[in-house]
Amino acid sequence: MSRKENEMRVILAPKSCNEAVARSVVTAFVMQTDPSVSELSDIKTAVSEAVTNSIVHGYRSCTGNIELLCRIFDDKTLYIRVSDKGCGIADVKKAMEPLFTTAPEEERAGLGFAVMESFMDSVQVRSTPGKGTSVIMKKRILSKTPVRTGALENECS
Amino acid sequence: MGVRIEKEESTVKAFLNGEIDHHCAPEIRNEIDLAVDESHPETLVLDFGEVTFMDSSGIGLVMGRYQTMKGIGGRVTLENTPSHIKKVMRLAGMDRFANIL
Repeated sequence: MSRKENEMRVILAPKSCNEAVARSVVTAFVMQTDPSVSELSDIKTAVSEAVTNSIVHGYRSCTGNIELLCRIFDDKTLYIRVSDKGCGIADVKKAMEPLFTTAPEEERAGLGFAVMESFMDSVQVRSTPGKGTSVIMKKRILSKTPVRTGALENECS
Repeated sequence: MGVRIEKEESTVKAFLNGEIDHHCAPEIRNEIDLAVDESHPETLVLDFGEVTFMDSSGIGLVMGRYQTMKGIGGRVTLENTPSHIKKVMRLAGMDRFANIL
């Protein structure tokens, strides 16, 4: 049984500029687990997809906040929950099919869940129409070649 | 995030940089489409050499430009694609539509 070592909770307004904010705060939090460049890139991409889904689909016709909950466990498992109180998803199975999108006119590829499933170890979606959606993603950090702090600073500059 | 456009004889080259996500994809799309509308090139080159992050919004961007170029009988080439971006491209099956270099 793994033990929780740290937790972060961030509330974001559903504005598209906050997609980058979500990636930045998750990157800062995840750095404690010494991920590799590839693992960090996977996590950032998955978080970006989940937050974008909340903005584009969840809050398409209403507004509210997006909650980003991140936990690190002592076995270096990362738990990330992205939840909104938006319109919800009537058919989660269909929504998770590759190329399914409710916004084709915006050139949405419909690959958000496919990316999350491919880049994380597990993805669970809980949704109630009219009440909101939670996406829970887990990934165990296995890297023995962590991102050097200096390298990350250069990348972000 | 931005894009720098260079036009050669029958080619439009779009040098993308920074992060490509849902927030900035529309602006990039508009700049590239404007250049393609003006030049009607045979080849549109999307250069990802300076791109530090891309999610599936970038796939929508590439697929949309592929459709545009197909409509005028042209093609799309992706150049200097970093490994983390190739991973997203391959997941989307982009290698079936465009040359990824």
